[in-house]
Amino acid sequence: MRWLWVLLLLFPCFAAAYEAPPLAANPQAEARLKALAVELRCLVCQNQTLADSNAPLAEDLRREVREMIAKDMTDKEIIDFLVSRYGDFVLYRPPWKLTTTLLWVGPFLLLGAGAIGLVFALRRRQKKVTDVTISEAEHNRVTQLLSEGARRP
Amino acid sequence: MNRFLIPFGLFIVVVGFLAVGLTLNPRELPSPLVGKAAPQFSLPQLHDPGKVISSNDLKGQVWLLNFWASWCGGCKDEHPVLIHLAESGEVPIYGMDYKDQRNEALGWLKDWGNPYQIVAVDAPGRVGIDYGVYGVPETYVIDKQGVIRYKQIGPLREDILKTKILPLVKELQQQ
Repeated sequence: MRWLWVLLLLFPCFAAAYEAPPLAANPQAEARLKALAVELRCLVCQNQTLADSNAPLAEDLRREVREMIAKDMTDKEIIDFLVSRYGDFVLYRPPWKLTTTLLWVGPFLLLGAGAIGLVFALRRRQKKVTDVTISEAEHNRVTQLLSEGARRP
Repeated sequence: MNRFLIPFGLFIVVVGFLAVGLTLNPRELPSPLVGKAAPQFSLPQLHDPGKVISSNDLKGQVWLLNFWASWCGGCKDEHPVLIHLAESGEVPIYGMDYKDQRNEALGWLKDWGNPYQIVAVDAPGRVGIDYGVYGVPETYVIDKQGVIRYKQIGPLREDILKTKILPLVKELQQQ
């Protein structure tokens, strides 16, 4: 009976397991597709890359890119092909242009504005601290309190 | 007082930006194809798969190219508008059946009416990619020289027809 169990447990070893087949026959082409697809935006689900999306259009575009890779087109040619049809929006990293200057520079402008604001605020605070004058009586009281505190264990 | 004025001013600016942002539709992307030659196509016709419709045959007239599909919800919304436009006879509409099943597309047109002169079949969606289609329905206004003059993303509405498309079509027809 026990042998039967062992035999049964060994049974799955006879099932042949295969590795999942790659999406393209050529692993080099697949690596290029992957590298390109993370730089390209899916137009349907706009916050996903072409690599992440399973929208039908993304599938079609991956097929198109794969075919262009097979035709030995350069990355730049492939990206130009898509930009000429879908515009700069298809790029996950927008290019440096007059219209995108604010997009690229904006965060640094905000950081600069914040730094300037901080400097002004700190200066103003410094002035407030130095402006406080205390009278002779107050000074004596402070000394007395401090010396009392020092005597305590 | 001054202490509150600056944050309040900033708040107003942010609210202004957000208010404008809310009125924009993120799905409407400017097409780089407007002002450029419409991509060529040569495709089988839906009603007569033996025949081919080519973009070259359509030169010399102002025409609309409407990408649609029987599976597309927005297409049904705009369909009465297209039927109405086709009845007025102001501009010929050519259909592009995008990534669709033939019998379903034929049934759809039979049920709801056919506003198209001819329907081309783009089953693999390649012509759609050439035209930069990313969500049906999309409609292109193409002039006599075969240049794209306007792209409508999403369903057509009567007000868009009246204020944008028909005036443009009239202007292009007179050229």
